[in-house]
Amino acid sequence: MKLSALQQSYLGRRSNSFRSSGPLDSSSDGAFKSPAAVFWLVLHGLSCLISLLLGFRFSRLVFLLLSTSSTYTSPFHSPTELAKTLDIRSVIPADPVGNVPLPFPNKTATNSRVVVGRHGIRIRPWPHPNPVEVMKAHRIIERVQTEQRLQFGVKDPRKIIVVTPTYVRTFQSLHLTGVMHSLMLVPYDLVWIVVEAGGVSNETASLIAKSGLRIIHVGFSQRMPNSWDERHKLETKMRLRGLRIVREKILDGIVIFADDSNMHSMELFDEIQNAKWFGAVSVGILANSANIDETVVEKRGEEENPRMPVQGPACNVSNMLAGWHTFNTLPFAGKSAVYIDDRATVLPRKLEWSGFVLNSRLLWKDGDKPEWMKDIDTLDGDIESPLDLVKDPSVVEPLGSCGRRVLLWWLRVEARADSKFPPRWIIDPPLEVTVPSKRTPWPDTPPELPSHKKPVIGIQEPIIKHTTKTRTSRSKRRSKRKHDETRTDRRTTGFDKTLQN
Amino acid sequence: MPVSSSPPPILDSSLCRLLFLGSRDSSTMRKCLWLWGLLFIALGFAWSITAERNPRTERISGSAGDVLEDDPVGRLKVYVYELPSKYNKKILQKDPRCLSHMFAAEIFMHRFLLSSPVRTLNPEEADWFYTPIYATCDLTPTGLPLPFKSPRMVRSAIQLISSSWPYWNRTEGADHFFVVPHDFGACFHYQEEKAIERGILPILRRATLVQTFGQRNHVCLNEGSITIPPYAPPQKMQARQIPPDTPRSIFVYFRGLFYDVNNDPEETSLTPLMSGSGARAAVWENFKSNPLFDISTEHPTTYYEDMQRAIFCLCPLGWAPWSPRLVEAVVFGCIPVIIADDIVLPFADAIPWEEIGVFVAEEDVPKLDKILTSIPPHVILRKQRLLANPSMKRAMLFPQPTLPGDAFHQILNGLARKLPHPKSVYLKPGEKILNWTAGPITDLKPW
Repeated sequence: MKLSALQQSYLGRRSNSFRSSGPLDSSSDGAFKSPAAVFWLVLHGLSCLISLLLGFRFSRLVFLLLSTSSTYTSPFHSPTELAKTLDIRSVIPADPVGNVPLPFPNKTATNSRVVVGRHGIRIRPWPHPNPVEVMKAHRIIERVQTEQRLQFGVKDPRKIIVVTPTYVRTFQSLHLTGVMHSLMLVPYDLVWIVVEAGGVSNETASLIAKSGLRIIHVGFSQRMPNSWDERHKLETKMRLRGLRIVREKILDGIVIFADDSNMHSMELFDEIQNAKWFGAVSVGILANSANIDETVVEKRGEEENPRMPVQGPACNVSNMLAGWHTFNTLPFAGKSAVYIDDRATVLPRKLEWSGFVLNSRLLWKDGDKPEWMKDIDTLDGDIESPLDLVKDPSVVEPLGSCGRRVLLWWLRVEARADSKFPPRWIIDPPLEVTVPSKRTPWPDTPPELPSHKKPVIGIQEPIIKHTTKTRTSRSKRRSKRKHDETRTDRRTTGFDKTLQN
Repeated sequence: MPVSSSPPPILDSSLCRLLFLGSRDSSTMRKCLWLWGLLFIALGFAWSITAERNPRTERISGSAGDVLEDDPVGRLKVYVYELPSKYNKKILQKDPRCLSHMFAAEIFMHRFLLSSPVRTLNPEEADWFYTPIYATCDLTPTGLPLPFKSPRMVRSAIQLISSSWPYWNRTEGADHFFVVPHDFGACFHYQEEKAIERGILPILRRATLVQTFGQRNHVCLNEGSITIPPYAPPQKMQARQIPPDTPRSIFVYFRGLFYDVNNDPEETSLTPLMSGSGARAAVWENFKSNPLFDISTEHPTTYYEDMQRAIFCLCPLGWAPWSPRLVEAVVFGCIPVIIADDIVLPFADAIPWEEIGVFVAEEDVPKLDKILTSIPPHVILRKQRLLANPSMKRAMLFPQPTLPGDAFHQILNGLARKLPHPKSVYLKPGEKILNWTAGPITDLKPW
């Protein structure tokens, strides 16, 4: 009975799927006791008592010492060394000499007749990642993922033709970099048609040249006007210009309008591959509504349907196009921005161009295209929305699970019309700004600042490296220039704060 | 009608005229003869080649679909002995956990055979005889099967069938098969040394054993045994599928124990898992700091999903060479990396494992990263394509209800391939080969 209890206790200590092999091998169900079994029982009881006294598993040590006398299949050290190597954790990192098969401490107490090859724990001399192998593995991962995309992704992906109207201004870098990086991540072939108001400029050209994409950069003779309405009209004309390029060059693919102030998700480019002729996606509208919060909150309490900042196709129950969601501009009525400089909300058009994609074959002069497509040469000027390109708006295909997925966001943030920025965003001292405009957002700076800038920068670097010693001297210098509210000073306080932390 | 010398009389018959294409001329006749001769030789070649090739194509078929889709119905007949329920149903009633652990194949095989078209109620026409014993259903509280009573149970069952039916004594079990999915098969012990000491149960030595354990040159693997995969719950795995376009971003994946940590608080040493192999411990020590190897002992809830995001899944041997990881890897499309020397994988004569998985010798574990990264990408893609074959996945599973090409059918196919029984298995009257009293004394006690 005791044996079976012992056995149960051993077995009970096993985790779910793995076994332990105690030194006392549990034999078959012990319903009978032989003298040998009794002897072992007595011995076990004795070692239990000794263990209680000593505080550790005495029986293990005894068996280990006893087992050194029998033969093994694996090499073993002397018993004393063995006792030391009981703590295998410390041994392993300390002994990385060659492929030394390390001894495993307490197994093989019996003569092992295991035939299959058993080696010790083999550890290589430098058990850390090999950079060459890591690079190879990454290449394999890439190849596998490409194959997965080929098999499960879009079949026969078409080229994407991106039409972007832009012009040189302060926020151009911000916006255009965003679009550029999104396009660089697109896994399909791409052609980027950049139409620039005010003619082709080096500024824009240098910015987009960094992308490595195939770019068609054309200029548009008019300059960007200052009122939003006019701007929208001009942008429409610029987009038509882009479409005309598609027609001239007979580009084949899907045309998407990527305004430079928008943010695109990567799923958008996968989804538009599903467009057959003319598709529409939902656009999230992020209109800055800073000033009208109170009215909005009131109205929201009354209304039942919350206003969605989304523009796009709306479907009926059977997933057919039923109409259009547009952004509700009523709360902003009368308070929207008219001019670029206004601090009011900039409103989108009823239907933004960026929410529509079309098959480039619709723009070709000849070729089989559906008869509901108007010829773009016949239109000029006043096209309110891209739906004016088609005779029948019901042919538009809703994409993105019928407009339920918002795949891009519209946001119009621009600086004031007269804002200045260093060309190509490189501060080339000395700055040639001689007459600071009163209407720039930057506070007035004393004219001698540009010459002080460089020495200030130069002194601050070594100061950072020393720790608290020079803090007092720096604070003295700080008090001298207290009245200066320059960006550099702000930077100083920033550094100071970090040092204090 | 060509005018020529009068033809010999034998060629006057219409058949000959037909054969020789109506020609009477001797030279054209000779040409025709040559043509026919060549045709016969070619036919003979083709026949011989196809006759020879059948076993070979079954083994090395590249698409892994040919043999896997064989239909065993009509190729064999199985008679299921009606044993008293103390051998099967009562045991299952005592512990229903047996239906979901990795040894559940024995129970599902019984159920499958009861309703399968290969079952025959007439034992005279049966090719194979099945004895439904649930020998692996005596579970500890933690769910591990205790094999101590199994030899006695099997003995008692065989005593019953040999006394009630004449078919056992006819061949001393050579046309009987048993499902023994336990760790070391019919050696009925979970510790390797003990299992080897016991060897296969003497009375089962002539029978065909359907077992999960497979290792070459091992006492517990009989020649002619059928190796099957361990049971893995098919519904659970199907329910956790992720979209196939989720990119595989984990290079190597493994979850499980590396060291056998005894639950002793004062035990400072860590036993490397299992009978001295150290393969798992070597994997851990060499690659624990490698970001490409996602290995740990945690039990994450996203285990199945993670496997579907991995390219290679390690299947190192633990306390026995086989493991359910192989089944999981195949079902989830992860290339299995088998680190077990001399292992015999399930249905090895039907599934081309070399083409599907990667075999790494246990001593080469420190170089595992080099081995895996030096596989050319097109080979990796090919392995993934083979794994994606649905018949491959089905062959590893025991679905309920049964599907064509699943593991049950593969077992039947394996049994069918062993037919017809050689005449030597039929014993002459009075001849006895098996020693009924062999084995440890404890096995001879009645059950």
